[in-house]
Amino acid sequence: MTAFRTDWGTISFDDRMATSEFRIHERAHIVVDGDACRGCSTQECVVACPARLFVPTSDGGVLFNYEQCFECGTCYLVCNTKGAISWNYPEGGHGIVFHQT
Amino acid sequence: MAERSTDFDAIVVGAGPAGSCAAIELARAGKSVLLIERGPFPGSKNMYGGVVYPRILDELIPQWWEEAPIQRWVTRRSTMIMTPTQALTIDFRSQNWAAPPYNGATAYRPDFDHWLANKATDAGAQLLCSTVVTGVLRDSAGNVTGVRTDRPDGDLTAKVVIACDGVNSFIAKEVGLYGKADASNYTLGVKETLALPKETIDERFGVRGREGVDIEVVGCTEGVNGGGFVYTNLDTVSLGVVLKLPKLAAQKKRPEEIIASFKKHPAIAPLIEGAELKEYSAHVIPEAGYKMFPKLVGPGLLVAGDAAALCLAAGIWLEGVNFAMASGMYAGRAAAQALTRGNTGPDGLKPYLTMLDTSFVLKDHQKLQEIPHLVLSDRVQNQYPGFIANIVERMFRVDNPTPKPGLRRILLEERKRAGIRWRDLLRDGRTGMKGFG
Ligand SMILES: Cc1cc2nc3c(=O)[nH]c(=O)nc-3n(C[C@H](O)[C@H](O)[C@H](O)COP(=O)(O)OP(=O)(O)OC[C@H]3O[C@@H](n4cnc5c(N)ncnc54)[C@H](O)[C@@H]3O)c2cc1C
Ligand code: SF4
Ligand code: SF4
Repeated sequence: MTAFRTDWGTISFDDRMATSEFRIHERAHIVVDGDACRGCSTQECVVACPARLFVPTSDGGVLFNYEQCFECGTCYLVCNTKGAISWNYPEGGHGIVFHQT
Repeated sequence: MAERSTDFDAIVVGAGPAGSCAAIELARAGKSVLLIERGPFPGSKNMYGGVVYPRILDELIPQWWEEAPIQRWVTRRSTMIMTPTQALTIDFRSQNWAAPPYNGATAYRPDFDHWLANKATDAGAQLLCSTVVTGVLRDSAGNVTGVRTDRPDGDLTAKVVIACDGVNSFIAKEVGLYGKADASNYTLGVKETLALPKETIDERFGVRGREGVDIEVVGCTEGVNGGGFVYTNLDTVSLGVVLKLPKLAAQKKRPEEIIASFKKHPAIAPLIEGAELKEYSAHVIPEAGYKMFPKLVGPGLLVAGDAAALCLAAGIWLEGVNFAMASGMYAGRAAAQALTRGNTGPDGLKPYLTMLDTSFVLKDHQKLQEIPHLVLSDRVQNQYPGFIANIVERMFRVDNPTPKPGLRRILLEERKRAGIRWRDLLRDGRTGMKGFG
């Protein structure tokens, strides 16, 4: 008996993100204070951000890139460190654009 | 309040289902209304699981089904209880839902929201896209007098502002209508839009023409409290999971990994085999219902839809769009009446609360107020699926030469094995009955 093929489902995270349209504005709408993050033991944003935009660094901080952001709000909701994330929507007309959602 | 001259009678923030319905009501009542949307077009920022229940539109758009951008009409609803190796499905089908006035329908939000916003402009509302409302304007007494936008000279004044700005609801927060934000009131939804030929979908899901399927799943989220869904569109399948925020972070499981394991389950894999990922999306849901409502009326301000946490997330029901459309409609109606009376202060706007109270919006929430918590509880999430699936498995298992144990014994043994206390089982049963019964 052959199992149902499930290997077709495996695509790289970059390819996954490439299926969403982002109209990137040059100004970052979310700014993360790396210093605040160095003292953070849980780093919940790293696990929870659906776009995987928070990347832990070797010195215990996180690196953040705003470009492929769904503007969902998960990161500021899970972050317990006051002032670590300053969160805004991107400029009007920019950021994520959904199509078949 | 003394009459002051303003740019508009009313400003509605957010052209989602709540905002567009508010704008339709106001425009039809002859008020000047501006509908502001931060996306390049209405719906461009919006994703959801995939099924709308548009019955409430009967009041606003008679025969809406003849023109709404619907993918499929849901004629088959399944609820699935899953463990890594088992699945129990309750599958219901009704051909009564295949013809007007229908029940649920799958639709893409960028299509649906865009269509609904066009109804508002048809009625005379002005729509301003690609514009972010960055805050509210207030007079010295604290009354909301308009909004600030990210456009040059972007201040706009109105006698009443309706915040339909969705789950993050920065306006309601700025005006102080919310208590302290608590991440455990929210779930993250992630979804894949998966492409398959229409005939393949029809065949695998057992439907024809415009008929569609809605499958809700519990027990498929790898120990992170939440649930899964599979919905059919014409030539795509929407598949995703919703995950309770603090749990997701604590379990150290990534959202896309949980989707991947859900897709590999033997009850799901055959449905979507070979499908290509067309679009990946994510959004947050206000999940706690009744327990997290903000104040819905402020000075010169009304809050509707997800901005007011009015989404109903009660396990077998994930209804937000209909609650948004209804609350938006009532907010628009109450605002129009207040404008006509010339009193847009808190007591002038208060009839909004009565409208919500006497409609399904608050009645459903009230009745189901314990359910969101029950559905996301550790027992329902991690213990009951295995308990129930094992009972069924043993009922159907033929253990010859051992005689059949009988349901009573199976129940006792499985309860013990699952480590469920009678007390909890009874209490959860009662809570469920109170909400659903
Ligand atoms: C994963 C998931 C699955 C779901 N499944 C279902 C389902 O199957 N059925 C169902 O009925 N509901 C479902 N829901 C819930 C439903 O999506 C919401 O309840 C509904 O979208 C709420 O409508 P709304 O108009 O209140 O807010 P939204 O649809 O969020 O619209 C808010 C609008 O305001 C705009 N906006 C926000 N801030 C600003 C600003 N500052 N300036 C200008 N514009 C702004 C946004 O761009 C957006 O267009 C689901 C939700 C999720 C996340
Ligand atoms: S953003 Fe918040 S949760 Fe993430 S690492 Fe920094 S402090 Fe921690
Ligand atoms: S808003 Fe959502 S997608 Fe954007 S960085 Fe935060 S968690 Fe990630």
